[in-house]
Amino acid sequence: MSDISPTQSGNGMLAHLGHVMKENPVTALSFGLFALFVLQAFFGHWLVPYDPLATNSVRALEAPSADHWFGTDQLGRDVFSRVIVATRLDLTISVLAVAISFVIGSVLGAVAGYWGGWLDAVLNRILDTIMAFPLFVLAMGIVAALGNTVENIIYATAIINIPFYARVVRAEVNIRREAGFALAARLSGNGHLRTLAFHIFPNALPPMMVQVSLNMGWAILNAAGLSFVGLGVRPPTPEWGIMVAEGANYIISGHWWVALFPGLWLMLAVFTFNLMGDGLRDLVDPRRRT
Amino acid sequence: MATRWLPILWRLVQTIPVVIGVVIISFVLTRALPGDPAVQFAGQMATPESIEQVRVALGLDKSLPQQFLIYCKALLQGDLGQSIATGRPVLTDLATRLPASLELTLTALILSCLIAIPLGVLAAVRQGSWVDHLCRVLVTAGVSLPTFFTGILLIYVFYYLLGWAPSPLGRLDFIYFDPPRVTGFFLVDSLLDGDLPTFAGAAKQLALPAITLSLFTLAPIARMTRAAMLTALSSDYIRTARAAGLAPMRVLFGYAFRNALLPVVTTLGMVFSFVLGANVLVEKVFAWPGIGSYAVEALVQSDYAAVQGFVLAMALLFVLINLIIDLSYTLIDPRIGFSAK
Repeated sequence: MSDISPTQSGNGMLAHLGHVMKENPVTALSFGLFALFVLQAFFGHWLVPYDPLATNSVRALEAPSADHWFGTDQLGRDVFSRVIVATRLDLTISVLAVAISFVIGSVLGAVAGYWGGWLDAVLNRILDTIMAFPLFVLAMGIVAALGNTVENIIYATAIINIPFYARVVRAEVNIRREAGFALAARLSGNGHLRTLAFHIFPNALPPMMVQVSLNMGWAILNAAGLSFVGLGVRPPTPEWGIMVAEGANYIISGHWWVALFPGLWLMLAVFTFNLMGDGLRDLVDPRRRT
Repeated sequence: MATRWLPILWRLVQTIPVVIGVVIISFVLTRALPGDPAVQFAGQMATPESIEQVRVALGLDKSLPQQFLIYCKALLQGDLGQSIATGRPVLTDLATRLPASLELTLTALILSCLIAIPLGVLAAVRQGSWVDHLCRVLVTAGVSLPTFFTGILLIYVFYYLLGWAPSPLGRLDFIYFDPPRVTGFFLVDSLLDGDLPTFAGAAKQLALPAITLSLFTLAPIARMTRAAMLTALSSDYIRTARAAGLAPMRVLFGYAFRNALLPVVTTLGMVFSFVLGANVLVEKVFAWPGIGSYAVEALVQSDYAAVQGFVLAMALLFVLINLIIDLSYTLIDPRIGFSAK
């Protein structure tokens, strides 16, 4: 696995990116969708036509129309505005969760992979234990234990994701521990930490990026699932999971739009990250193309 | 024979630290709780004295290691504590509700295996054909679907629009009586009782939640089957088998598929973990009286003993499943030794 150096010249990388985009329009589409979601997250609050929290009982449960593109919910709130505004919260939760697990997982995995020995053994047992839980159930338990807040959803999602990152980094660092360039770095006077951080660890970044992208989708699903069962985000905050949960009560009476649109957005977001993950994998590791 | 049993024994020994870890984590989960459990257990009308009494009764006045020992002792006696919401021991609650969850999970897994494995095999054999593309679309779409959302969509289409499915409330419609409890699986129990209408009723209720769950599990199984089959088909022994003039079907199923089975079984173990998590969501959508919806209710009511019992039960179940899967390797493939792991 270590025979190809992922550090190419910047120009080659760009050309390769262009090539991958042309070869696989789906990847290009996913990057476009991603940009759209980022725009929504940043500017959604100013772009939406209605206040996402403003109720209007006269116009409750109206089907989609020119006024209300996605219809209105049981309190007469505009579903479109709520769906768009929710993007920021959902993306924030998953980005922060993934970032935390990225950092912690990297440190743990790098240390275990580089020094090995009992550190490695202990870490592996701990990761095994975390993985021994059905992960969503563990997240539920953590949020229940820490308290029902948005921050705790982030921590819970981060904790259940740590093993994936730690494993990837551990494997990548472990195979390069004795590699020529690492030994050369040591010989030229770098300390262990410096060698690990600046010479070995950067090699683990490409597979990590793929992992991040695939994980983002999963983190969003996880966060939305937690709020769907009533953990973390509380109404009336607009959030996709909670909106689907609220809409579920009206689906059997035929008011499909209340649940459909937030669910669709959630699905699209996860889909985007999964496609992007596949695209990134093509970019980073062409041999593992499907 | 001794060499054959040694790895199995070693694998059994390996589960011990994991089980201990699981117990520690579930202990820590309750002890990290905000608020004072003693106050909670004492109820609304508690005086400081009665809270203190409860604290002593629960052993909460002792040090943490002592509390942990008490907890372990209770666990060994099968005591998971009392649920505040139902007033019954958590273990009883879980035992009555577990069959409902297992019935749903197993039906979904069998269903998705029946679809995903042939699909994966076909996609690998006819690489680049429409089956392959269908497989790819299903795989990417399947992992992006939030289970709770698919469930709601299915309810809308099959219950509200088409009227094919019964109302999504529980395991059996009110017009039927629960079959006499033997296994706790309504499908099996009603058949044992010879009660076909109840069987049909239970199957109808089960259909939508099981389809929801299986849509979710389809993707990883199909993906892994396809990949494993591709690897197997491009290997030397298949080339040899073909060159020796064996019938194509024989090569495909007798040689390639058998070798591809191993990674598929591994994936099944991983999928099981996801399903146990997704169960919680699906059970909430369909008001399925399993342990998942029990846990959700317990969470809403801050019924921590129940939540803890649920998390512990799920983890132990999962450890058990993984153990069974690892042990089944030795049956599928005698070359496997666990020392390599």
